[in-house]
Amino acid sequence: MKIDVRNERGATILAPKGKINIGVGDVALREAVHEALEAGARKLVIDLGGVTTIDSSGVGELVSAHKTVENAGGALKLANLPSKVADILQITQLVTVFEVHDSASEAVDSFESA
Amino acid sequence: MPRVEIRDDVPSDEPSNGPPRAEQTQVRIAIKSRYDHIDLIQVVVDDALARLGLDDDPRHWVGIAVREAVANAIKHGNQQDPDKEVEVELAVAGEEAVIRVHDRGEGFDPESVPDPLAPENLLRPNGRGIFYMRRFMDEITYARTATGTVVTMRKRLVESLDDVSEPDGVSEPDDTSSAAADA
Repeated sequence: MKIDVRNERGATILAPKGKINIGVGDVALREAVHEALEAGARKLVIDLGGVTTIDSSGVGELVSAHKTVENAGGALKLANLPSKVADILQITQLVTVFEVHDSASEAVDSFESA
Repeated sequence: MPRVEIRDDVPSDEPSNGPPRAEQTQVRIAIKSRYDHIDLIQVVVDDALARLGLDDDPRHWVGIAVREAVANAIKHGNQQDPDKEVEVELAVAGEEAVIRVHDRGEGFDPESVPDPLAPENLLRPNGRGIFYMRRFMDEITYARTATGTVVTMRKRLVESLDDVSEPDGVSEPDDTSSAAADA
């Protein structure tokens, strides 16, 4: 799993590509979030458009990332969810936890309008 | 090295005088307890289920359930001991796929796992694997064996007309028009 990182209007966008599964993508995602926070990022967007599968560990990492960023005084938003990932967040009722946007740009806009 | 045994004899109709729901094994896979072997199991099981005629969408969700069962077997059952194997068997019984995941662990009480949908548990990073398995399969049962624990998961290969292609509760009803009218 590869994670592209880019900055857009003061927000940091993490775009994982591939699978976020136990022992593989989950650790990479955790490290990417920690690195972004250490670099000073507080407005984070995870663009999930390139994610093909996410297992319960991957979902657990999204939850952990959400808590970690909030504890650091920041905010984490999700964007561009593939339908299967959206289904998983619906089933687990995590749609009530995460702020979800159709695109990364829309998520960045929401930081600016907040 | 993982061991994979695949049988090509896709079951024909059961003889009328045969035992009901007799199982015919399609695939057996044995892996060491390493997470990077889970992909192999998912690919082999997915291929076998495709040959048995299970549609793409339910196959995706069964694949997720199998991943979770194997991950649990590696993590909680075999405690990630690379010398301990996880065995996966896919069989067909009538119109059902029967998938068994066998580990070498001590077993556990699946009822002791907290409900991941309870508000106080929503932000827990763990505890969703068994929930996925229950959600995406028609039936799951656990049993202790002489050598470990086996979880048996069943899934109908032919969806009834009442079933939707996605897991229960995923599809939102097409009521956007009424929502828009209310707005």
